[in-house]
Amino acid sequence: MLELANIRKAFNQGQHNEYWALKGIDIDIPPAQVNVLKGPSGSGKTTLLTILGCLARPTEGRVRLKGEDISGLPERFLTEIRRSTFGFIFQQFNLVRGLSAVENIILPGYPTGTPRGRLLERAEALLAEMQLSHRRDAKVEWLSGGEQQRVAICRALINDPEILIADEPTANLDSKLSAEFLVILQRLAAAGRTVILTSHDPLVVESDVVDRVYSLRDGQLIGVQDKAIA
Amino acid sequence: MNRWIEKQRHLIDFTANSLARRKARSLGLLVVYTLLVFVLASVSLYTHALRNEATRVLAGTPEIVLQRLIAGRHDLIPPGYMDSVGRLRGVQKIEGRLWGYYYDSVMKANYTFMVPTDRTVADGEIIVGPALERSRGLAAGNGISFRSYSGELHTFIITEVLPHESELVSADLVLMSEADFRRFFTYPEGQYTDIALWVANPREVRNVGLKLMEKLPDSRPILREEVLRTYASIFDWREGMMLALLSAAILAFGIFAWEKAAGLSAEEKREIGILKAIGWETGDVIAMKFWEGLLISLLAFLLGYVAAYIHVFHGNFALLQPVLKGWAVLYPSFSLTPKIDGLQVATLFLFTVLPYTAATLVPIWSAATTDPDTVMRG
Amino acid sequence: MSRPSNRVLGTILIAAAAFGGTFLDAARQRIAHEPALQHTEALVERLRLSDIALFTEARYTRHLSQADLHSAFQDHPVALEHFPSGSMLPPPQTLLKRHEPLDREAAPSD
Repeated sequence: MLELANIRKAFNQGQHNEYWALKGIDIDIPPAQVNVLKGPSGSGKTTLLTILGCLARPTEGRVRLKGEDISGLPERFLTEIRRSTFGFIFQQFNLVRGLSAVENIILPGYPTGTPRGRLLERAEALLAEMQLSHRRDAKVEWLSGGEQQRVAICRALINDPEILIADEPTANLDSKLSAEFLVILQRLAAAGRTVILTSHDPLVVESDVVDRVYSLRDGQLIGVQDKAIA
Repeated sequence: MNRWIEKQRHLIDFTANSLARRKARSLGLLVVYTLLVFVLASVSLYTHALRNEATRVLAGTPEIVLQRLIAGRHDLIPPGYMDSVGRLRGVQKIEGRLWGYYYDSVMKANYTFMVPTDRTVADGEIIVGPALERSRGLAAGNGISFRSYSGELHTFIITEVLPHESELVSADLVLMSEADFRRFFTYPEGQYTDIALWVANPREVRNVGLKLMEKLPDSRPILREEVLRTYASIFDWREGMMLALLSAAILAFGIFAWEKAAGLSAEEKREIGILKAIGWETGDVIAMKFWEGLLISLLAFLLGYVAAYIHVFHGNFALLQPVLKGWAVLYPSFSLTPKIDGLQVATLFLFTVLPYTAATLVPIWSAATTDPDTVMRG
Repeated sequence: MSRPSNRVLGTILIAAAAFGGTFLDAARQRIAHEPALQHTEALVERLRLSDIALFTEARYTRHLSQADLHSAFQDHPVALEHFPSGSMLPPPQTLLKRHEPLDREAAPSD
């Protein structure tokens, strides 16, 4: 599904504070599975996630999406791919304050020019799936942490992406909510979506929901664990 | 095409929502902006209409008015002067005008006393302009006394008040008979204030003017064309203290708008980061901001202009009139005929809508081109 | 459901309609004022008037076009004016034109 070949990423390249966050990573993400990037902070897992999600470009190396090399594409096409193929869930949820839950959910659909009626329809369906229909018109800052995250998931799914990217999704949730979140992920993977998340939360890493764990340290991949086989 | 429209409507949705979220800020901006357009448009509509009205009604002014100057000052036309003018080729009609000023110490106002040539006013009677009717409470049949420069009181009976519809030109007039005029001002017999003359061929007016200056070096002809030009340019030059004061207001607004439009709050920057991360292109973010600037400034322009129109043509320019009135005690009360200059409106539109829209876009460039992954790295 | 853009565009549309309305109203008023304008024009012609009675405080503002060369505000185009209206009225062009040769004559030759 997503292949990375010899990915290296430098920050402040050419300056005195040049820093290599990734030092040659090869990864092959299989479709319709839950993948976890784990590692201590500073290990480069978030940087790797931004490259997987086409939010950033690697300094060196190639990214192949469904066999097609996308690392050389110009920004506009990359945005297009990001919009149609990826859905994002951020650690801070990154919802737009002051907007209602449903308005937040349909935001990624705006640039596609999809009619508002269709976007709202899809948002309603997603809200129902997340048992959030009753909160549709509530401003996001009035929602609880769990509800905010579910709104963020709905927003990530509004453009019907094949790949879901989540950065430390359980960092702001308690154990019960984290467990609920994992159940949702499992359902999404079962429906054929590829899920990639970073986490150092043992609850996530050791969960049965997770199919594969990639361990990172100091910008290098130090191990891949296939749960299904183990 | 449909998709494009739908997308723009989505962007307007977002803009409308973010304006609604910052209600106080947006409303404050809209009010100040509207007010500025209102004042600018009021002044501009008023002066344009007034200019137009003046040149329209003064089209009937004498073709040439001939003054006599002595040491740079206006002096009386002596007897015999008229004859030498009348003999000039091309002059069709010639009339001596009798008029002057009278200071009314009761009202602290200046009146224009005048002898009409189109009607005969009986001795001891006067016809007054509408402003006198208003300020001194006069009506036909009333008597009024004026103290002449020789110190004696003269009493006149008012027989008529000039029509209100012509107040713009006749507000302060007092029409009286020639005998009364000469008696009142002890005006020398046979002398006139100035000479009005008409020329047979309208194309010859300028030549006649030149010939007059040649023949009578102490005279100064004022052509109708010059009168009209004078009024066509009224308010044009140093458009008054009002605009001088306004320039400060415009500047203040400029700073205010620049700060509001150009300064992005941390909250807005964060939002733009989020939008980029969830798949908005740089162009989408800029288009969204463009709509914000355009909608606010367009609305302010429309509201301000409509309010100004009502103010000038239905509210008699009431709010700004005190500035124009100056020291005039006998200000005419008149309703202007709306004459709107498309170019003027277009200029106002460009000068109010464009700069603000541009100001909203400037800071967006840098913010909108930030990398989408900044959101992830908190 | 009421869409935010509908509300905004609706408001703009109403404002634009009012804007268009001012032009219709202007046309209507122009027709209504026409007789009065014609009467005024006739009055100007009959009474041999030459100026509008907007500023009556001084003779050079009351009869702007008839002002003579040395009335207060023609001393110099940027001279400070005693009367407020004087600062809003430009001296007649013809007077300015006359001033220039006079100034030149008065200037000491070098």
